[in-house]
Order: sequence, then structure tokens, then C-alpha cells
Amino acid sequence: MTSTRSIGKFEYKKPGSLRTTLRILSNKGADARILAGGTDLIPQIKQGQISPSLVLDVKNVPELNRLDWNEDRGLRIGAAVPLSKLLTFVAISERYSILAQACSVIGSMQIRNRGTIGGNICNAAPSADSAPALLCLGARAIVASKNGNRKINLDDFFMAPGKTSIGADELLVEIEVPTPPAHSAGCYMRHTTREEMDIAVAGVASFLTIAPRSKKLKEVRIALGAVAPTPLRVHGAEALLIGKSVTERIIEEVAEEAAEEAKPISDIRASAEYRRELVKVLTRRTLWKSCEMLGIEIQR
Amino acid sequence: MKLKINGREYEIVSGPGTTLLDVLRYELRLTGTKEGCGTGSCGSCTVLVDGKAINSCLVIVGEVEGKEITTIEGLSRQGKLHPLQQAFINEGAVQCGFCTPGILLTAKAFLDSNSHPTESQIRQAIAGNLCRCTGYDKIVRAIMSVADS
Ligand SMILES: Cc1cc2nc3c(=O)[nH]c(=O)nc-3n(C[C@H](O)[C@H](O)[C@H](O)COP(=O)(O)OP(=O)(O)OC[C@H]3O[C@@H](n4cnc5c(N)ncnc54)[C@H](O)[C@@H]3O)c2cc1C
Ligand code: FES
Ligand code: FES
Repeated sequence: MTSTRSIGKFEYKKPGSLRTTLRILSNKGADARILAGGTDLIPQIKQGQISPSLVLDVKNVPELNRLDWNEDRGLRIGAAVPLSKLLTFVAISERYSILAQACSVIGSMQIRNRGTIGGNICNAAPSADSAPALLCLGARAIVASKNGNRKINLDDFFMAPGKTSIGADELLVEIEVPTPPAHSAGCYMRHTTREEMDIAVAGVASFLTIAPRSKKLKEVRIALGAVAPTPLRVHGAEALLIGKSVTERIIEEVAEEAAEEAKPISDIRASAEYRRELVKVLTRRTLWKSCEMLGIEIQR
Repeated sequence: MKLKINGREYEIVSGPGTTLLDVLRYELRLTGTKEGCGTGSCGSCTVLVDGKAINSCLVIVGEVEGKEITTIEGLSRQGKLHPLQQAFINEGAVQCGFCTPGILLTAKAFLDSNSHPTESQIRQAIAGNLCRCTGYDKIVRAIMSVADS
């Protein structure tokens, strides 16, 4: 038998407890990389983009494999739960359809069997498909270190491409997603060049909550992906809708404003102008669709 | 380190940071598993880990120690082809054959979890497996024929 080469010069560890994991991170955090599903990390090591001295596999940490829902606390998704497992969790399809939809377009069946929502946000690609939906739902990241836990609102989580506000000695334990309020609905749409297995050129998630009698909008969230250094909410566009009844005209204004707030770049997938146009189209479409889901008639 | 592959235990000498794909092909000479892209995009390296289809080019062996690994070499039983393998032959769903091991394993895992899928569900299930030859129709027909029977 001949041995074959490792993809990098690193030590591999797979601790079975949160405590051990946090201890290792506090000693070696700066040179370590956390491995969940590896669908972002392994290609990055193979291509030499990063060369950690320690790869810390967190799949055996019990706290990171939790997946549960209750009305009060909402949904808690352990950072090592594979996307495919998340997608078969009943509470997701029943109450978080926007998140289910966003996660179901990530990669292929093989990728979803390994990849996690935790890895998706920690990798912090501007195009991370779960991010706009999580921003709309008001998700929070529960992060632990040897010194204790802290919660980060997803609005404060993404710093730059590939960079989050998690420290080198910290670990994402779970993502907490509050139960959506009554009379709310939303959806995520993305544009890709191929139908399957492609990175978003632009993505938009919209999420609306209405006052049941007046049908006026009580709460509005619109978040964009792949059109700025980080996934982002467009607060100006959201504000245009709050307290209003939905008309075709307002939707157009909101779509224009969302495109205005995007900060796209030109790259091999698309030009900045095209991305801006996509934001307008996808914002309009997600708003129409969300209204349809809520049974609101859009006034002309 | 020990790996459990197709019901047999193998003692391997490669380190935990080696890809499962490389260990299968170059250390164990189980060359039925193919390497296309090496980046998770083509599916030709698909194997099953605890019954789930995964890209063996994106997994290092440390991660799968103690798991049940199934490769294409383990799909037939006692010299008898798996129904999917027979269906691929019957429908002529194989041309150069490079994608076939990966697609068969993807299809097996998928049918194990959904025995009566629609055509569009099948097409979605194999979206991570590229075939440059057949145009997919015969592959989908072959999988359909096993699902119906
Ligand atoms: C072929 C292919 C197609 C893809 N398609 C899509 C797509 O359509 N949409 C999309 O959004 N993405 C896509 N991806 C990217 C990737 O699959 C996803 O981002 C996935 O969710 C990453 O999860 P993971 O568990 O594999 O992350 P890993 O690779 O394990 O980790 C990713 C990063 O997060 C860090 N990390 C992981 N877990 C933690 C933790 N608990 N605490 C702190 N840091 C952590 C890691 O150190 C690493 O830097 C694709 C990838 C491939 C290879
Ligand atoms: S070789 Fe693994 S997906 Fe292409
Ligand atoms: S038969 Fe040649 S790639 Fe599929």
C-alpha cells in the first residue's frame, strides 16, 4: 500500500465536546480553521488560498448538532447541522418557508448533505444564499469562546467578503431564528446563469408583515445578496413601505431604491449595471410574490 | 486509521488530511470512483457515507473514520448487478461511462429516501452529476424505470 498526499500540512482534530473545542481555539485560534461540512474550506485549502496548521472538525460536538423549534425561542440550528437535514425538519417547511427556499438552492444534493448553514454564513461570501433570508427573519448567531457566550444580530455579523465579526478564539454554536409573526410572509429569489449548481449573480429576499384588518404594512425587510461586499439590508427601501398600503407605484419606487442602495461590482459573472438592474427586477418580483402569499391585492 | 468500505475494514496508511477520493483511488486502488473537477462541481467522485451521497473530493478521511462508506465497487451483490445498474444497461444510459459510477450512487441514495419520485425530482437529485455524453434523458429514464418497478 502506498500512502497518498494530504491536501495540506495541517494537524487534524475532531474533539467530542464543546469545552475541548473552545480550549483548543483559545490556544491555537489564529492558526486553526474550523471544519463543518468542508464544502468551502476544503476547496480553499486545496487551492492554496489558506494553509491552516490545524483543522478543527466540529461535527462531533453535541451542541452543534442540535436542531429544534418552539414558539417562544424560535428555531435553533446547530452550526454543524447539514443543510439536507435542516430541509427535512418539519418546522422549517411549515414556518420558515423563505429559509427553506433559500437553503434548497445551495449546491447539489451532495453539497447539501455536507454543507451547513453555519458554514454558509461563516464563510461570508457576498453571495451566500442563506444570508438574505436570515437577515429578513432577524436571525442571531450564538457564539462561544472560553470566556462565555455572546449573541450577534445577523445585521452586525458580516464585515467584508470572507470576514465576519466572530473572533479567532470563538466558535459559532448555533443560529437562532425567531418565530415569524402572524400575518407575515416572504420569499427569496436569485438569478444564476445556469439553473442549478451556480453562484448567485444577485439575490433578493423580501419579508412582509401586515396589520390584518387594514392590510397596511407593519414591518418590512428586504435583503440583498451578491451585490455588495456583504449581504445587506436596504433600510431606505424598507422604510418606503412601512405603514403603507401596497400599490404598483410604491413597489416600483421600492425596487428603484433597493437598486440604488446596492453596491455591486463587475466581475466574470456580470457587470455592476446588470446586477443593479437585477436587484430592481428581483425586488419587484419578491414583493409581488410576498403580497400574493399574504392575499393582499396590489392597487394599481 | 481504519476505514469501513463496502462492508470491509481497511487499514490505511494515508494521513487524516488526505481526500477520501485519493485514498480510494491511489491507496486502495478502488478506481471505480472517478475524479473530474476536484472541486465539488461534477459529481463523478460521488460515494455514499452512511447512505448519503457526498463528493469524495471534498471530504478528508479523518472525517469519515468509523462511517459506512459505499463505492461503486460495493453496489452489486454476489456478482448480481444492482437494479439501477441493470436499468442503465437496458436503457443505454451509459456512453463513455465516466459519470456513471457517481450517478448510480446518487440515484441509489435518492431512491432509498424517495422511492416514487417524479421526473423533475429525479432531475433535481442528479443536478450535481454532470454527464458530457448522454444528454441525461436515458439516465433519467433508467432511474424512472427502477422507481416504478
Ligand atoms: C459545487 C459547489 C456549489 C455550491 N453552491 C452554493 C450555492 O449555490 N449557494 C451558496 O450560498 N453556497 C454554495 N456553495 C458554497 C458552500 O457549499 C456553502 O457556503 C456551505 O453552506 C458551506 O458550509 P460548510 O459546512 O461546508 O462550510 P465549511 O467549508 O466547513 O466552512 C466554511 C467557513 O466557515 C468556517 N466555519 C464553519 N463552521 C464554523 C463554526 N461553527 N464557527 C466558526 N466558523 C465556522 C470555516 O472555518 C470556513 O472558513 C457551493 C460550494 C460548492 C463546492
Ligand atoms: S471530482 Fe468531486 S465533484 Fe468533481
Ligand atoms: S456517459 Fe460520458 S460523461 Fe456521462
